[in-house]
Amino acid sequence: MTLCITNARHLGAPVDLLVDGDRVRTMTPAGQHPAPDGCEVFDAVGLVLMPGFIDAHVHLREPGFEYKEDIASGLAAAAHGGFSAVLCMANTKPVNDTASVTSFMLERAAQSHPFGPRLHPVAAATVGLNGEGMAPLAELKEAGCVAVSNDGRPVENAELVRRVMEYAADLGLIFIDHCEDPRLAGGWLMNEGEVSGFLGVKGQPAVSEAAQAARDIMLAEYLGLPVHIAHVSAGLTLDVIAWGKARGVQVSAETCPHYLLLDDSALAGYNTAAKVSPPLRGATDREALCRAVKKGLIDILVTDHAPHAAHEKDGTLDEAPCGITGLDLALSLTWNLVRENMLAEADMHRLWCKRPAEIFRLPWNGFAPGDPADFFLFDPDEVWTPGPDTMHSKSRNTPFLGQNLHGRVKGHWIGGRRVV
Amino acid sequence: MNADNRYYWPHKDLLDVTQLSGMDTLHLLDLAASFQEINRRPLKKVPTLKGKTVVLFFVENSTRTKTSFDVAAKRLSADTYSLTKSGSSLNKGESLKDTALTLQAMGPDVIVMRHASSGAAAYLAKGLSCAVVNGGDGWHAHPTQALLDCFSLREAWEGRFAGRTLLILGDIAHSRVARSNVHLFSMLGTRVRLCAPRTLLPAGVENWPVEIFSDLSRAARNVDAVMCLRLQLERQQVRLLPDLAEYSRRYCLGSAHLAMAGTDVKVLHPGPLNRGLEIADDIADAPASLVLNQVAAGVSTRMAVLYLLATRRDGKPT
Ligand SMILES: [Zn+2]
Repeated sequence: MTLCITNARHLGAPVDLLVDGDRVRTMTPAGQHPAPDGCEVFDAVGLVLMPGFIDAHVHLREPGFEYKEDIASGLAAAAHGGFSAVLCMANTKPVNDTASVTSFMLERAAQSHPFGPRLHPVAAATVGLNGEGMAPLAELKEAGCVAVSNDGRPVENAELVRRVMEYAADLGLIFIDHCEDPRLAGGWLMNEGEVSGFLGVKGQPAVSEAAQAARDIMLAEYLGLPVHIAHVSAGLTLDVIAWGKARGVQVSAETCPHYLLLDDSALAGYNTAAKVSPPLRGATDREALCRAVKKGLIDILVTDHAPHAAHEKDGTLDEAPCGITGLDLALSLTWNLVRENMLAEADMHRLWCKRPAEIFRLPWNGFAPGDPADFFLFDPDEVWTPGPDTMHSKSRNTPFLGQNLHGRVKGHWIGGRRVV
Repeated sequence: MNADNRYYWPHKDLLDVTQLSGMDTLHLLDLAASFQEINRRPLKKVPTLKGKTVVLFFVENSTRTKTSFDVAAKRLSADTYSLTKSGSSLNKGESLKDTALTLQAMGPDVIVMRHASSGAAAYLAKGLSCAVVNGGDGWHAHPTQALLDCFSLREAWEGRFAGRTLLILGDIAHSRVARSNVHLFSMLGTRVRLCAPRTLLPAGVENWPVEIFSDLSRAARNVDAVMCLRLQLERQQVRLLPDLAEYSRRYCLGSAHLAMAGTDVKVLHPGPLNRGLEIADDIADAPASLVLNQVAAGVSTRMAVLYLLATRRDGKPT
């Protein structure tokens, strides 16, 4: 089977992409070679060609919370959002701390989406995510987990973090840490700052993230092992990461589009849609994050896709759970940053494909001969409005609901097969 | 009542003093003054709100505020109904939304709500067509308390707020009374000072329109009024203070502080008082104390609020 995508726009230039089976054969300037005989042709004039995105941080809620999202709906949202692969966190019910849960997740993915997007479960770092005993990481790795994390339940015990990093390293698994000093942060509903002071709600100081990240980076340096800092929200954390990288520590980091586009003023009026963990920070944090993403201090973007049911977000700020749904919107939100010249198109490849693949040791598509034929085409000018008819996730908990966004996926191929 | 008869009350709800203009505030205080006259009569009841229904929905306990609203409504001949947390389905896990819809179905004209969550009153008001009065939400706002404080000081200050200095003393961080008073008095031109240990100051307070002190002796100099806040004793558990004895040594308002203040300084307290902890026993009962005036002002001010909300017609003068 051979496929030819013609006249697609790639990094500003028109190209033809030739696909052979599940691999890229060539990418050439448009019109240079005629499409081979018998080849299926897709004329992509006006559309932008992107490598399949990898989202290294999503919550798919199955097993246990299928009313928020299940693996089928989550992967549908991923497919329509341009994601060829997603890493799903372990805070399901039961927690993904045994091989049977990992296998169950992979089976559900194979049933609903046999040709992708690919699901890569992340193993719980500790049994039940309770922060006390290490989970059976070798068994979890064998069952298909690609990384280790206690995401959502920050590990306070530095000794345990050390042992998880060490044990995971033997298995070739990287430790992803949700950095938050639970005591410094206790009982928070949003960022601690002028807005929380005005609204009269308990805030979380940015230093609670930076302090824990500093601990992890120092441990990683001491042990000579890698660590990945999840969803960085604070400018102070960037300083700590820069310090670690300058010392040669194997530290990588991620942030999400919402931290680049919003600050804590989005919670004015007790807007539960903007309640997220870690919380949206101040305007100077947001600006610092944009600069860090542009220059590569932040290695990758992730959605931290955290779907919730509408009734859960409909209430007071302290009743509502943390989280923003992300898979349906990430492409448009990132494209918005490109339109505003904060990022270049090439940065999108790096942030959503190349670097996540490198950090988590996954295949990726650099459009070189032999690369996996994971790619999508999107219309950069199509305007759409997130809402019940336009999203594939079960959940609509996003502060961007009802706003006009630019950029829509028009076709998505994974391993050379069209999935959208 | 008000000389300017073109004025009309524009608000469906009273959620926070930040929604009020200077004009709204003065109109409301004028109206409260006229109700204060009624409250001094032997027969303290007028038929103004006969046939109107006021629901008192106090999810967080407060006998004083609830009684004040109840008395205010009854003096205007409104029917009042009380609903507490244990009487509602909230403690059976019902969401605030569903409780609100149940309340709405009872057809009240005004719901007064006290709730432990900041923003709860705004949430309720968004979903309901009847008027909502915020009777205190979390650490956020307590508009009728600020209005009654303002009413009490207006009498004492002969109507002049500009050029005066008000000191608010105590746990500012967790005080809806402080937040509402800072907004209201600064809007009226009063200089506001805050005095508290740093552990009891909110984030971002340096950007509020206030002067900040940690030393009470300095803070009290030349002020025209001191508002003591009630220290929430349960805050002890989160280690914001070493102990109560040390707190009272540094922050209990005593006669030495008042001696440094303005000659006709007034003392306010939202009650109930922790005597000897945040306010010296003799100060609470001294002539400078407006504590009992505040209680009377509370009824009059709340009568004005209930009247304005229960008789409002969209876009028409009240
Ligand atoms: Zn997390």
